[in-house]
Amino acid sequence: MTEAETNALVARHADVFNRPLTERLRGILIAAGISLYLVFAWWLFAIGQVVSGGNWEIAGAYLADWVSYEVRPNIDFEEGALTVSFPRFSPLGDDPKPDWLVTETAMVERRAAAGAGAAGQSGGAISGAGFLGALDDKAATKTEESFLGPVGGAAQALEPQVEAPATEPVVIRAEAVVRAEVSLGDGNHILIEPERVALTRDGETLVLDIERNVGVVAQGALPEWASQRAPGAKVIVRFGFAGRAEVEDDEVKVRRRFLGWENFVFDTRSPYWGKPASEVLRLVFLGERIEPGRSNLALAWDNILNNSEWQHGDVWLKLLQTIVMAFAGTVLASLLAFPLAFAAARNITPNRLANQVLKRIFDLLRSVDMLIWALFFTRAFGPGPLAGISAIFFTDTGTFGKLYSEALENIDDKQREGVRSVGASPASVQRFGVVPQVLPVFLSQSLYFWESNTRSATIIGAVGAGGIGLKLWEAMRTNQDWENVAYMVLLILIVVFVFDSISTALRHRLIGRQGG
Amino acid sequence: MTTTTRSPLLSDAGHAVERHWRELAGRRRLYTIGGLLFMVLAMSGSLWFANESNAGKFFDRLPYFFDFAGQMVPRDGWEIWRALFDLSSPYDDGSLKYNYPDGRIYFTETLYLPEYFYKMLETINIALVSTLVGFGFGFVLCFLAASNLMTRRWLRFFVRRFMEVLRAFPEIVIAGFFLAILSLGAVPAIIAVSIHTIGALGKMFFEVVENTDMKAEEGLRAAGANWIERVWFAIVPQVMPNFLSYALLRLEINVRASTIIGAVGGGGIGEALRLSISRNHEAKTLAIILLLFCTVVAVDQLSAWLRGRLVGKQAFAFGRGA
Repeated sequence: MTEAETNALVARHADVFNRPLTERLRGILIAAGISLYLVFAWWLFAIGQVVSGGNWEIAGAYLADWVSYEVRPNIDFEEGALTVSFPRFSPLGDDPKPDWLVTETAMVERRAAAGAGAAGQSGGAISGAGFLGALDDKAATKTEESFLGPVGGAAQALEPQVEAPATEPVVIRAEAVVRAEVSLGDGNHILIEPERVALTRDGETLVLDIERNVGVVAQGALPEWASQRAPGAKVIVRFGFAGRAEVEDDEVKVRRRFLGWENFVFDTRSPYWGKPASEVLRLVFLGERIEPGRSNLALAWDNILNNSEWQHGDVWLKLLQTIVMAFAGTVLASLLAFPLAFAAARNITPNRLANQVLKRIFDLLRSVDMLIWALFFTRAFGPGPLAGISAIFFTDTGTFGKLYSEALENIDDKQREGVRSVGASPASVQRFGVVPQVLPVFLSQSLYFWESNTRSATIIGAVGAGGIGLKLWEAMRTNQDWENVAYMVLLILIVVFVFDSISTALRHRLIGRQGG
Repeated sequence: MTTTTRSPLLSDAGHAVERHWRELAGRRRLYTIGGLLFMVLAMSGSLWFANESNAGKFFDRLPYFFDFAGQMVPRDGWEIWRALFDLSSPYDDGSLKYNYPDGRIYFTETLYLPEYFYKMLETINIALVSTLVGFGFGFVLCFLAASNLMTRRWLRFFVRRFMEVLRAFPEIVIAGFFLAILSLGAVPAIIAVSIHTIGALGKMFFEVVENTDMKAEEGLRAAGANWIERVWFAIVPQVMPNFLSYALLRLEINVRASTIIGAVGGGGIGEALRLSISRNHEAKTLAIILLLFCTVVAVDQLSAWLRGRLVGKQAFAFGRGA
């Protein structure tokens, strides 16, 4: 393009190439204004401060909790021996013997007074302490004369316990755990011996000595995956996703993380727990009755519904409540808004006063937020889906009234005239002249809101209006049950997706693809 | 059609038409009746279930319903104004119920902003920031999701699914998660509402982009413009009014959403409302409801007016966006 051509082009479209200054600067000004506002908001909400003050370390653990679970064995140091115990509601059930925790036993000599409990528990090849055993241990060390025997699988291989007088130290030879190895995958492991813990991560080994009256002392410098607040204090060792360990002067707390939702179908109290699917099916359909009172199928179903960790029965009930809230609220609102919209449309009811009053009522219902209605009805009906239904009903009566009356005001008048011209009654005019035109639109709008109310119902549930929202909120508040949150979110997403598809499909059938 | 003198009889063809019409009408009636029956059953089942699983039963609670409404009436009408503008109350007995002046936010010695106005502004700012953030991200993402601009199917698919997940993910869970990390306050609410807004606006935006006139884009392509130039100079000027209109619509929704998130710990007016309702502070409750109502109406009107100027009548077409 030559210069002359360029000049000609500029001359021809002078308004494009020489815009006024304000117009040229408008974009920059708007961008600057928005940036200034965002800076102001940053200051107003102290975003930088809040974000940097956040507990981000714990965020990783919470997120990991969504899809994984932890097993937390405790390894106590007992005079020259170790005691391995699991907390009471361990996902591995009572008396677990996981293959990632290997123990070695040996005969050890020790004083009876302190070792009575520990010696009593050194059961099988693997740390024999069941959860009752672990509790007994604590009791036994405190009150020397009350010795409670170990329970369950721990009971074999015991040296006969001498009833030693507490005053006189008696040396007992007993079999006890002297070495425990926790494997964390990828060659990482923790080797625990009395007074000495060796932790290996990525080929690097950290050796910690437990010194009496000093505490935990590291041999050499701590690697970056381990931390200690003060000399002698506990050392926290991180193994990434696989878990972490806290080494204290009297115990090692191991947290071993596994991918998956533990005990999702049956909890540890169920007779079906820990059995493979084929075995469960065989038991359910072919096996002998486990409980004489009812069939195995009924027992299995009951065990699933009352799973103590996942609470399937309750979650499903609450989800159904949410669905019902959205459905009933939307239907009731549509039913009430339908006649009201006819009265509010100025071409159907030629009464300005009635039109205006109804329209203002619709505005009021719509503008008083769903939240306010929800709080209000929660006070009136008590927490539960009735409050949610009422809140959705009130808000959506306003919304539907407005949308419906607008649709009515936009109808084609010819059909009405046609029906009226053959002498039809006013009711027939509406029935055959108006309703066929607007019904698909009405239904489509109701369907659209049904779907979006399913989402809203979740949120207003959290303020007490019933349904899964409240359950979700309670699960989140404890900060422990993020896997339950994930489960409920998954269910909600499925429900929203299914309803979205149903509503879209129905709407397309009603008003064609353009109806959006 | 032939007729005889005695009675109008249809020809065979006429009979066929008649029979066919009856069949169609009968089937249609059957569908209608079936549909209605289904709806009636579903509704009664739903209502029964809702009533059964509610804490208070509907008919037990109904007689007391207006008692509660009666409890909402303050001692005198001026109390509402005093609560709204933080004026001291003649009934002040030192309790939380009448401590209106305590919440004042002072600018100078005498000039102050009443507590609830401040909280309302906080909620509006949450909505505004979230809408801006959502607009920014939605703007970038929508061009990657539009089938007329993005030829890589996998990327389009990925972006669309991503936005769907953002949209459908319950806001309450995002808010709850960040409340656990960042402690109570407005920032978790901003994050939660923003994330939802990105998904919702992104979907609206890419649908607008897919309906644009591609001639300008073709012209630029012929002149050798790259992808970003084509989008910026051919598509953006066309879609900007619609984008802004949707963003304003979203702002209305976000004001409501941030109120609700506020009620579960996100700060702002929602929290104040929940506290005052649960503590039976009727004057404060009514003051907040009044303020909230006026704000929502004002925001709706302002946004409707702006949308009317931006895109004309189309702005009021059906669809609030989910």
